[in-house]
Amino acid sequence: MKRNVVGAHYGLTTWIAQRATAVLMAIYTVIFLVAVLVVQPGTADAWRGIFANGFMKFVTFLFFLSLFYHAWIGIRDLWMDYIKPTGVRLSLHVLTIAVLIGYAGWASKILWSL
Amino acid sequence: MTELAIKKKQRPKNLDLKTIRLPLPGKVSILHRVSGVGLFLCLPLILALFQWSLSDGGFECVQAVVANPIGKLVLLGLIWAYLHHFCAGIRFLLLDWHIGIDLPSARKSAGLVLIVSLTLTAVIGGTLLW
Repeated sequence: MKRNVVGAHYGLTTWIAQRATAVLMAIYTVIFLVAVLVVQPGTADAWRGIFANGFMKFVTFLFFLSLFYHAWIGIRDLWMDYIKPTGVRLSLHVLTIAVLIGYAGWASKILWSL
Repeated sequence: MTELAIKKKQRPKNLDLKTIRLPLPGKVSILHRVSGVGLFLCLPLILALFQWSLSDGGFECVQAVVANPIGKLVLLGLIWAYLHHFCAGIRFLLLDWHIGIDLPSARKSAGLVLIVSLTLTAVIGGTLLW
């Protein structure tokens, strides 16, 4: 069946974002595992060295941002599925966004303190 | 219109969680959700451990957590949740591309997700934690 997507396309954008962030995280997972296999971080300096590297710092931060955006879409779906009262649901949406933005700040602090 | 509404209401419906028997793809699907929620709830723990491991003298403390049997069990659980979510996610991406959507393939790939994610948990968890 052919269907035309009408309206503001918010649903489609979210659907694509969920998958795009998933692919980015999957690629990062491989990069991370390869880095751990190559460096074999048995000491604090070696472990820190992995993330102090400019490229790794950048892609690790990208991973965290993808993770938080991906988590927002998933948890939003969860609230939409199970929480029927609109007020409670919207409050949970706001709380979820607030927590995830906080995590993003936290992640940037961890990485750029190195 | 009213007739249709009445008919709709009379359709048999079973929402009793104790008697629902999910097929294998259904089990993989609900585990995808459960593992995602688990990972979301553990985000502060994961970020705190990451920060700790990179702080002065923190690396040795995190090594001690990894050496602790309870710490090991929790981390192994998180690694499984990540890998199950990862493998089931790839399966959903393939289904999005209309790859393997017929019932026998969908059942087979669901079983494969369970096996592969458990195997990867053993291999990756074993390598990182032991």
